[in-house]
Amino acid sequence: MSQNNSFWARVVDLYVDGFRSMTLGKTLWIIIAIKLFVFFVVIKILFFPNFLASKSDSDEGKAQYVREQLINRY
Amino acid sequence: MGELLMNVVDWSRAQFALTACYHWLFVPLTLGLGIIIGVMETIYYRTRDEKWLATTKFWMTLFGVNFAIGVATGIILEFEFGTNWSNYSWFVGDIFGAPLAIEGILAFFMESTFIAVMFFGWKKVSPKFHLASTWLTALGASISALWILVANAWMQYPTGCTFNPETMRNEMTDFWAVALSPMAMSKVFHTVTSAWALSGAFVVGVCGWMLLKGRNRDHCIRSMKVGGWVGFIGIVLTSISGDTSAVTVAKHQPMKLAAMEGLYEGSPGQSIVAFGILNPKKEIGNSEDPFLFDISIPHGLAFLATHDPDGYVPGIEDIILGKGGTSKGFGLKPLSFEQRKEHGKVAMHALAFYNDALKSRDSTLLQQYKQEIEDNFKYLGYTYLEEPEESVPNVPLTFYSFHFMVTIGGYLMLFFIVVLLLLYKPKWVPGRTKFQKLGYWLAIITIPLAYLCSMSGWIVAEVGRQPWTIQDLMPNKVAISDLSAGYVQTTFWIFAVVFTALLIADVSIICKQISKKSKTNLDVVETK
Repeated sequence: MSQNNSFWARVVDLYVDGFRSMTLGKTLWIIIAIKLFVFFVVIKILFFPNFLASKSDSDEGKAQYVREQLINRY
Repeated sequence: MGELLMNVVDWSRAQFALTACYHWLFVPLTLGLGIIIGVMETIYYRTRDEKWLATTKFWMTLFGVNFAIGVATGIILEFEFGTNWSNYSWFVGDIFGAPLAIEGILAFFMESTFIAVMFFGWKKVSPKFHLASTWLTALGASISALWILVANAWMQYPTGCTFNPETMRNEMTDFWAVALSPMAMSKVFHTVTSAWALSGAFVVGVCGWMLLKGRNRDHCIRSMKVGGWVGFIGIVLTSISGDTSAVTVAKHQPMKLAAMEGLYEGSPGQSIVAFGILNPKKEIGNSEDPFLFDISIPHGLAFLATHDPDGYVPGIEDIILGKGGTSKGFGLKPLSFEQRKEHGKVAMHALAFYNDALKSRDSTLLQQYKQEIEDNFKYLGYTYLEEPEESVPNVPLTFYSFHFMVTIGGYLMLFFIVVLLLLYKPKWVPGRTKFQKLGYWLAIITIPLAYLCSMSGWIVAEVGRQPWTIQDLMPNKVAISDLSAGYVQTTFWIFAVVFTALLIADVSIICKQISKKSKTNLDVVETK
């Protein structure tokens, strides 16, 4: 058990020390954070909804919609 | 409706191309530089020479910048699948989902776990564990690429699945047929090893810039030796896997091969165009010569495509007319465009009847139509094509991209040979003579050339398979969602701005780091 604690403590220490001593890494993390916010919060939510989910809640309904799309576009 | 749909198709394709191209600007350097820093750290581990540690850390910084800026840029493609390409997303079902899930769970977590040890763990873990983490980061990136490429290969050569008209999904019947299909294997090896070549060119090019400035000569020699070898091995393996790719494409996507070569009428012992200028007046069925000028190598294409110098390679018009060959690799009697279309129509009519039968739940009829669909499913997509011309990709773009890729690939081979010969030449010293400065400039220019070469390969792969989202099963105009062109156009420009900003950030941070660190002594390890 103590070995486990020691292992997890070392893992936490790795990350804490690592983040603390970052120089260029801080800039990169800011870019990553902004990017993820833009991708997942702005772009995904505002512009990229699940299109089929708006057509039906069930798998059967989605299958029916796609089947009709394929047939109607012929 | 048709006109509107075409606009949506064009914008959706443009958007996907834009995001995929930007994504691919980051990926190959991560794949190849991971291997290069793995080799450098291995040398440090074996020799315990601090100079190698300093060199490893320098390239690791650039790897980190590229990784950080590039990470998650691929997720945008998955957004697009769900919104713009919803018919396709549903239709491919688990075939696409399984490789992407494996990629997400295994490779991404593996990569992101060990990258932390790689950057934070120098003084926290043993040198052996650190070395293992560096290699596992590189391996994780390659495994990520593997599963994405397996999914892409399935779109080019659908296999290992059966279509269920009730769920409207392709259901996986043989995971290994999907994962180990010849298309997937050749694509994985070709793409990953080409990334090694690109990264080798990057390392040599950056060193060329430092030598031009007269900075850190020893560090540059160390780096160029590793970069040169990884690049050389990469380009040799890319050439070998390119040969395998050509045979696979000849078997499963003959129209793509014909477009790559601007070949309209094929013949046994078909020559290959080493250099050519396409005739813009050439159209399918007219008597114009396909080339204004060309230099061809006799039997070249036949050998490349079938490994038989007298093998038959069909041209665009032959494929449309269903002209067959007797050589190796073309065992099946090919069907003409019209015959494929007929099969597609039968499948489509059966699907329409199946749809009606579903409402009455008549199990006999359902079984009958399901069988009809299954028997003709292979050519389902042809039912949507009105004219044979629609089954032909953009020939000039495919042809010139392919020839540019091969030319630059040949140049890279020569480039790495010269670099290695110079590095291992006794008493050769990277000085600053006029001739040597020219060489450094050449090394710098090789970086964008390697990127353009890599991008051209993807253009060949993706433009060459048009009009198909899934080869022979689903053309683009059926794969896309029922959206307005304006909607897709808006997100296209949003992505253009966001990705351009990311690219500018990537290039400027990398350039700044190279400039800043090159002014320090890269033979000693930074204490900070």
